[in-house]
Amino acid sequence: MKRHLISAADLTRDDAVLILDTAEEMARVADRPIKKLPALRGRTVCNLFFEDSTRTRISFEAAEKRLSADVINFAAKGSSVSKGESLKDTAQTLEAMGVDAVVIRHGASGAPYRLATSGWIDAPVINAGDGTHQHPTQALLDAFTMRRRLIGPDAGLGQDLSGKRITLVGDVLHSRVARSNVDLLHTLGAEVTLVAPPTLVPVGAEHWPCEVSYDLDSVLPKSDAVMMLRVQRERMNAAFFPTEREYSRRYGLDADRMARMPQHALVMHPGPMVRGMEITAEVADSPRCTAVEQVANGVSIRMAVLYLLLGGNEPAVTNPRTEEK
Amino acid sequence: MDATHSDPRTQAPARPVLEGPDIARMLTRIAHEIVERAKGADDVVLLGIPTRGVFLARRLAAKLEEITGRAIPVGSLDITMYRDDLRLGPARTLARTEIPGDGIEGRLVLLVDDVLFSGRTIRAALDALGDIGRPRAVQLAVLVDRGHRELPIRADYVGKNLPTSLREAVKVQLTEEDGRDAVLLGVRETAPAGER
Repeated sequence: MKRHLISAADLTRDDAVLILDTAEEMARVADRPIKKLPALRGRTVCNLFFEDSTRTRISFEAAEKRLSADVINFAAKGSSVSKGESLKDTAQTLEAMGVDAVVIRHGASGAPYRLATSGWIDAPVINAGDGTHQHPTQALLDAFTMRRRLIGPDAGLGQDLSGKRITLVGDVLHSRVARSNVDLLHTLGAEVTLVAPPTLVPVGAEHWPCEVSYDLDSVLPKSDAVMMLRVQRERMNAAFFPTEREYSRRYGLDADRMARMPQHALVMHPGPMVRGMEITAEVADSPRCTAVEQVANGVSIRMAVLYLLLGGNEPAVTNPRTEEK
Repeated sequence: MDATHSDPRTQAPARPVLEGPDIARMLTRIAHEIVERAKGADDVVLLGIPTRGVFLARRLAAKLEEITGRAIPVGSLDITMYRDDLRLGPARTLARTEIPGDGIEGRLVLLVDDVLFSGRTIRAALDALGDIGRPRAVQLAVLVDRGHRELPIRADYVGKNLPTSLREAVKVQLTEEDGRDAVLLGVRETAPAGER
């Protein structure tokens, strides 16, 4: 594994499977009376959040605390950033305080990469979502959820997602979750199909390792998991579709559409859900929807990533990709 | 587990000091000792330390079931994150911790490992147990005690005391993992300076 986790595309198959296997062991800690492991005792992790987040921030914080790390939470609001401090100065402040790892969420694509490669800071950097670029821990927890549900918690150990057909539906253009998932699922051997209105498919998506379709109904019967993406109004500065009702009718998942999916197929959502837009309440509350499970799995995945990056004196080593064959 | 007995640097001419039948006899004897000392082994829970301790714990449990006619709870206890040398190498792969359904609260926990060496593994196991529950008592069974303790820890049940020098490496092989049962004594390639 590399020292930082910036993009899901940086992970080899072996790295990814190691993270999923480690998360499986971490998940078992949640069933114990004392939900705590000593692996990161004495290490300080800073959660640097320049963009709003509930799920991811709390999830990282829970993961850090379960591994006994000391946690510093930094939110841009109410900090020196609102006084005009630059990322560089913030980073150097953290470095001076002796932070051992930085978890960063930033509105600008590439901010975590800049932080990791600029030399401003020596600690490993974990990307918790940057702009419309990447959100690797989300992709990992999605893959973890798929492997647990489609293969099984124990049967899945050491396995990838070979041959599984995964469909991502919705606002691909603005979605870092979609990008990370396409990269990771491809690495894990799954067949990925993106479904979106043409206006919400990014330029260059034809070169991604996935199929692109504009017709949800034809893809649903051939899917092992369908992931609904939120329409990110806050990032939209143009009219990408005529009306919400039309979007919802063509690309939203309702009970009729869910009935067309195979019996074993999952409905996934990275959250936050907009009920009535991309997913109806009926589908969101059905036992086939894994949205809540994904949140629980997120803590396990983040524990695994933190442990593998920080647990030893260097990140866990796996064979380079060239040795796989 | 001690790093030494699974050390890939162990040189090839390792000589077997115990063979399959010896190991089977030792486990049978330990099982009888457990029943005798634990007065019927009513509340015993066996926890093996991965990797090979788990297989030994399962074999011991099977023997105990033969003797007592009751099912003996058996599980595994991964100590990776409790090791005192966790920071000295790359992050280690975790193994499975499997606590039997009824837990360990108020019971007699018997830790099972293959080789007892520095005692650091067992120290880590005691810390790991503390996060899971409060047993009535904790005891230790090992297949081989090779000496050279670095902590005040001893085994309650020992298959064989094997006096060794620090330059030697002890490796336990079990059918479940290695295809055969044996205890091998070899020479370490590098001096144990500072490690373990």
